[in-house]
Order: sequence, then structure tokens, then C-alpha cells
Amino acid sequence: MELYRSHVLVCGGTGCSSSGSAKLIERFEDQLKEKGLDKEVKVVRTGCFGLCEAGPVVIVYPEGTFYSRVKEEDVDEIVSEHLLKGRKVQHLVYVDHKTHESSVQKSLNEIGFYKQQQRVALRNCGVIDPENIDEYIAFDGYQALGKALTEMTPEQVIQVILDSGLRGRGGAGFPTGKKWQFARASQAEHKYFVCNADEGDPGAFMDRSLLEGDPHAILEAMAIGGYAIGADEGWIYVRAEYPIAVKRLEKAIEQAHEYGLLGKNIFGTDFSFDIHIRLGAGAFVCGEETALMASIEGKRGEPRPKPPFPAVKGLFESPTNINNVETLGNVAQIILKGADWFKSIGIPTSTGTKVFALGGKINNTGLVEVPMGVPLRTIIEDIGGGIPNGKKFKAVQTGGPSGGCIPASLLDISVDYDSLTSVGAMMGSGGMIVMDEDNCMVDIARFFLDFTVDESCGKCTPCRIGTRRMLEILQRITEGKGQEGDIEKLETLAENIKASALCGLGQTAPNPVLSTIKFFRDEYEAHIKEKRCPAHHCQALLNYEITDACRGCTACARKCPVNAISGTVKQKHVIDTQKCIKCGNCMATCKFGAIIKN
Amino acid sequence: MKSLADLQAIRARTLENINMRKDEDACRVIIGMATCGIAAGARPVMLAFMDEIAKRNLKHVTVSQTGCIGMCRYEPMLDVVLPGQEKVTYIHVKPEMVPRIVSEHIVNGHPVEEYTIGAAKD
Repeated sequence: MELYRSHVLVCGGTGCSSSGSAKLIERFEDQLKEKGLDKEVKVVRTGCFGLCEAGPVVIVYPEGTFYSRVKEEDVDEIVSEHLLKGRKVQHLVYVDHKTHESSVQKSLNEIGFYKQQQRVALRNCGVIDPENIDEYIAFDGYQALGKALTEMTPEQVIQVILDSGLRGRGGAGFPTGKKWQFARASQAEHKYFVCNADEGDPGAFMDRSLLEGDPHAILEAMAIGGYAIGADEGWIYVRAEYPIAVKRLEKAIEQAHEYGLLGKNIFGTDFSFDIHIRLGAGAFVCGEETALMASIEGKRGEPRPKPPFPAVKGLFESPTNINNVETLGNVAQIILKGADWFKSIGIPTSTGTKVFALGGKINNTGLVEVPMGVPLRTIIEDIGGGIPNGKKFKAVQTGGPSGGCIPASLLDISVDYDSLTSVGAMMGSGGMIVMDEDNCMVDIARFFLDFTVDESCGKCTPCRIGTRRMLEILQRITEGKGQEGDIEKLETLAENIKASALCGLGQTAPNPVLSTIKFFRDEYEAHIKEKRCPAHHCQALLNYEITDACRGCTACARKCPVNAISGTVKQKHVIDTQKCIKCGNCMATCKFGAIIKN
Repeated sequence: MKSLADLQAIRARTLENINMRKDEDACRVIIGMATCGIAAGARPVMLAFMDEIAKRNLKHVTVSQTGCIGMCRYEPMLDVVLPGQEKVTYIHVKPEMVPRIVSEHIVNGHPVEEYTIGAAKD
């Protein structure tokens, strides 16, 4: 390998790829060659840096200069100024939303977005080239596997994971060590170790980024887990709509085979382990473990009653252990650094860190990893950079369609499994959708229920029919046709579905409704009793009005599709609310801000 | 791969190349590469540094560039910053001076005084 004086790291995660980072890499390589720098400067495609909002992101080492929103034409300037002459391109350097400070003189870890984060699962994302196994090895990769295989018994491996207090990061938070213990205790000729990469929550992309940015970490953890429970075969169930992740996993498996880190007699021991990939078609229910296994077997992705639990009878009727991607992302580090190190992060009941995908009405959309137990406020205000456009924070939705909303009054809540559950939300897989005053909470509940109704597999009645009835009620509330007693009906239905649905999808589907009723009952009541949407969001409940600011330009009248606006030139116009279909065209057209909705 | 030793070998080999991404207290060689620096021959000097560092298999040394600091008549200029120490500025550096700077200053910690800006006659 040659020695380069400078490395240009270009984010190759899905976020930055979709804003054109692949073209940047090409342009960098072309420009470097043209300037004769291609032997001195190396261009590396990495995984996600987390600050997707500022993408495409480029970092130049050794200075650690952080360039954001780099366009193809900016590349020439970075090459000719920074890489050739050593002058940082000031106007492309990332500027902090909150402090408005440019990061020219700062290293990456001093930027507000990164300062409060602690990266364990994402440690290599944005640092190494995910398609190069050597770089993973250089950052301690496969050391943990070596240590486990040559120095530890399977029982010792399980004990370390147990002692670390690691809990499942997929949502339910079950202790990982316990899971492994159960699978180890099952006697069978064949056992399987499955990685659940069927990330389905709307707005969640932690697992995708981890697979894209550090695929070997998952392979290594699966091999360690396989050794611990006595499995010789692993399966990764990943959705087909994650093409970059799938491609990098395939490449990683191939490289690991070449190096003998997967396959027969790993590290010269008698442990053999192989990993296969199964592409999922993107059904939400296939994230449920029994449905996932059915799907791997080639059957219809439907859950089945438990017990028997997968640890007893799972994939192909054999004992099986299933872990989420992020859970596995922690395993190698725990084996290497010990249970005590892991326990020192976070709080006693929730150890370690958690990755969140921040989205919605937030300045720094992206991926963040924080120690368990940080206040929610830190994530939203300090790391997330607050709400854009000076709007007020209203609530944050965690746990996707299975989770709930946390209102502004609980912003100081500690982010850990038990605290979030106690307020009717949940940790979930890590989607965090921030909402401001313009979001209608009834509509949010309707959105998530719409999702679960769509994704319900239809096997059990409570989920198939119950959630649809709930959705119908919510729909009529948002359309201004809500009736007295609808809230109570929703609550009864919700309790019944929770108690009787077959799998986690149905059992948790009513959560978004229950938690919005709990914290925003007044909004439901305003919709039903006053036929009013306090957030001015539900179109059917809005009235458009023209104020005195109207100059009579007639633009709105010409745009109105139903001719509901009347008036003569230079005279104030009027909207006929009977005719108006509330499409909002007039408001978008008006140059004087003379049209308001209320 | 049959043993942990094989793994360590790959690790050591790759680490040299990507050290700059994790090493914060590396020794830094910062070369003035504005128009004046390049015109005075900074590029061959930088390449000589990279050569020498690769030849001696030095870890924890990064070579980076900077712009013009205003004393163009002293170009090619460069700074060597050892962790925890004041920077030392060398002037009128030529490629053939590089091996001495690397061996005496970077490796052994003794700046080559006669090449530094402090030794400038004017």
C-alpha cells in the first residue's frame, strides 16, 4: 500500500449518495489526476457521518476539515485550493446552526452536533472505507472474534454479554445475553444465528447506515454470537430497498471468506461459520421474528404464536437466535473492552449507547449516537440544533408505529428503555420524529395507523379489522365528521387490540393513538366538538380568508380551480367558503400574504 | 489466515496508512504551498518528506499544507510541530535537506538549528 499525505473522505451513505456523492468521488479522482496529486491524495468512500442534513459531506484529513453541502463544481475549488495550496475553502466549511460558528479551526469532535455524542455502534461509520476489510482490521476489527475463539469458552462469551447489560436495540429491549443463553441451552445438531436488518419504522435509518458504514462489524458479531450459542450458520435478513447496504454486505462476506474469517476452521480452531443474505421485500411485519424466519424459509411472512420461542424451535425448525443490527454493532466492542467498560456508559438499567435517526422538524437531520440516560432536550436542542424557522417544539415521536409521542412538558425525560415506556412511548428501534406547532397530533396518529393498517398481514382479526376501524374513526375526526364518544371508542378498541393481537405489530399498533390522546386530548376534542384543527393542518377543518392586505391583483382568483374567489381589479377579493375546496392554491399564489387560514 | 498474528500483521500494515484519521497527537509537518511556496519549489520538498517518512516507516507523522504566511522571500518554508512542543519553522528548504530534518528533528527531537528561521542572516 502506498503512503498518502492526505485522505479525502466522501460520505457514501444513502443520504449523501442521493444528493450526489458518487459524482463527487469521480470528480475528485479526475481533478486529482489532472493536478498530478493522485499519488499523494487518496479519495475514500466511507459510511454515514450522521449529519445527513449537511450532505454531501466531505472531510479532508489530516486537517480534519469538515465540508458540507459540497456540489460537484465545488470539488475543483477544494482540489486547487485546499489540496494543492493548503488553503481551506472557507465558504464550504460547515457552519453550526445553533452557534453560527464556522468549523474552520475546529476538529470534528468539537462541532456541536458531534460534541455530545458518543460513538460505539457507529464508531467506524464515516471513518473507514466499508468496502476495505483491511481498514476494518486496522481499527481493531476481528480482534474480538480472535479473542473469543482462542481465549474464551462460549459460556464466557455469553457471561460477558450478560454482565454488560446489553439490551436489544430493535425495540423491545430484551437482554441480549439472556437470549444467547436460551439458544445455547437448546440441544440440536444445527443452530442458526440471524441478524434482523428488516428496518421498517418510517423515518428510521440506523441499521441501514450501520450496514453501509461498517458491514464487517455485523459479520464479526454474528460469528461471535454463532460461537457462543453453538450455531454454524448465519442469516442476514435485509430489505431489498437497501441496495447499498446489500452490496457492501455481499462484498464484506466475500472478503471475510478470502481472509478465512468466515468459513471453515476460523483462526485454526474447529469453529466454522458461514453467513447468507436473504433479501426481504419490505413488509413491515417481517421485522417480527417469527414472520422473519418464515420469510427466510421462503414462506409467506406471517407471524405465528409463541411459544415455542425461536431459541427452541426457530429457523428451519432448529434453535435460532435473532438480534437486531445495532445490538450486534456493540458486541465486538464489549468482547474487546469488557463488560465493565460498557456498563460505564449509560445508566444501570440501560447500559451503553443508542443510535437515533433524527428527522422531521429539526435543524440537524441525521444520525446521532448518545449514551443512554441523556435528557431528551440534549438530543433535540444541542445535537439536533433545535426547530427550524423559529417554530415552537410540540412533541417528538419515538418508536415509530409502535411507539408514542413525548410532549414538550416531558422534554427533560431521561432517554432510556424504562423512562420512555413509563410515559407511554418507547425506545423502539430509534426513529425520532420531531414535530412543531404546525403538526396536528390527530393527523400524526392517523398517519401511523394508516401505516399499520397497510402493513398488517391479516392473519389475526384484532389487527386486521380492529386497526382499520380505528383508522376510520381517526379519518372522520380529521375530516370534521367526528362524533361525541369517538375518543372513548378509540380507547376501548385500542385496549382490546393490544390484549388480543397475535404479534408485536398488532399489540403495539394502537400506541400512537393512545399516547396522542393521553397528551393531546384537547386537540382531539377541538376537532370533534368545535370542528377546528388547532395546528391549522387538517384541510377539511380550515377556512381560508382574505385580509385587508389584498391589493386586488386577481392572481388568486385566476388560480382557484373552483372559481370560489370573486372581486374586481384593485378591490379586496372574497372567498366563498361554501365553494372553497381548501386546496391552498390561493395562499401559495398570493404575493402579499393577504390570505390566511384559520 | 490461520492465527491472530496474521490479523495483527494486516492491522499494523494498514494502520500506517490510515493513522491520520485517528491520531490527534501526531507530529505534523506543515508546508507552505501558496503560489510563492510552489514557485520556490515546495512541491519537491513535500514529496521528499513523504518519501523519507515512507522509507523510515514512521508512524504518527502527517504531512499537510498551508497557505502563504507572508514571508515569501523565505520560501519554501515549513513548520515541524512535535506534540506538546513549540513549532519550529524551517526556511529555504531544499529536498536534500529533508533527510536531516527527519532524522534529527522528527525522529530524535533535535531541531536542525542552522536551517531554521532563527538562523536567517537578514
